Amino acid sequence: MTSLLRSLGITIILVSIFVVNTKAQTPPPTPNDDQINAVARELYCPVCENIPLDVCGTQACEQWRGLIREKLMQGWSKEQIKQYFVDQYGDRVLATPPAKGFNWLIYIIPPLVILLGTYFLYRAFVTWKKIEKPAENDARSYPNQDEYVSRLEEELKNR
Amino acid sequence: MVTPSTEKPEQKKSKPNRSFWWRILVWLMLVAFLIILGLGLFRTQQGVMAIGDELPDVTLTTFDGQEIRFNDLEGKIVVVNFWASWCKPCEQEAAELEAAWQYYEPSGNVVFLGVAYADTESEARAYLEKFNISYPNGLDLGTRISNAFRIGGVPETFVFDRNHVLQFVQIGPFQSLSQIKSVIDTYLKP
Repeated sequence: MTSLLRSLGITIILVSIFVVNTKAQTPPPTPNDDQINAVARELYCPVCENIPLDVCGTQACEQWRGLIREKLMQGWSKEQIKQYFVDQYGDRVLATPPAKGFNWLIYIIPPLVILLGTYFLYRAFVTWKKIEKPAENDARSYPNQDEYVSRLEEELKNR
Repeated sequence: MVTPSTEKPEQKKSKPNRSFWWRILVWLMLVAFLIILGLGLFRTQQGVMAIGDELPDVTLTTFDGQEIRFNDLEGKIVVVNFWASWCKPCEQEAAELEAAWQYYEPSGNVVFLGVAYADTESEARAYLEKFNISYPNGLDLGTRISNAFRIGGVPETFVFDRNHVLQFVQIGPFQSLSQIKSVIDTYLKP
């Protein structure tokens, strides 16, 4: 009976060790193309300018996608991978330039130009409206008339 | 009858109004924008380094962890080769460059440096192994070295004389070992 219990115990221990080992040796799931492209579409390789990494067909880009796969398999997050690429290849690999240094201009100038444009357009419309109105009513009541002309008209009226 | 007025019209003070300052601001912004655009265009249109330019003061971190500052290589002829594992033409000259390095290494007068451009570390290492390249090589971290040399692609090789003045630029692969030797020997002469 004792030997039976002992052998049962040993079996349980061996089985549990096997299960733990099997679990530990399970390779991490291989990321699929969609997962890789989710990161790749936010990166640009310096060799093929203006083509996002997810659709670029060159060997260089293929290698980079391989690198993304590797990093995903190691459990890296999207941000970690992007930072790795920035460290390795510089800021220009990013689809959206980081808001620092001269890059700030990209974020400031276009909205500023739109705002200023809207403002000047508004002012121009207002000015045109002001000019049009008196011309329609009475040319004599034009507000910006010369002082001498006004006096002349006044005196002519009084005669 | 009109009585001539002796009064002079009131002289308005010449104070610039708000729209004047707005106009100045808009023009200033436009000029600043054009300057930035111009500088950017100038940089992109500059092309590769020109003969007579000085060796840029950059540092290459090699695959074995060594840090080589280019300006520390005083009195030596410096050959800087840009390559990539994905670049087929680079393979054409890889063996010749290594042979040239083997030829000049014992003299200690010539330094060969390889810079892997836009490459992954594993692929670059495999490339070096495939072609048995033994001279110092490293990745172009942050594309700082290629930016300093303003390369247009790979392969490109720059040869600097003992005074670190650029004397020769090879765009595309070298055709033979003798071609590499003939270039370097020209600047080895005292």
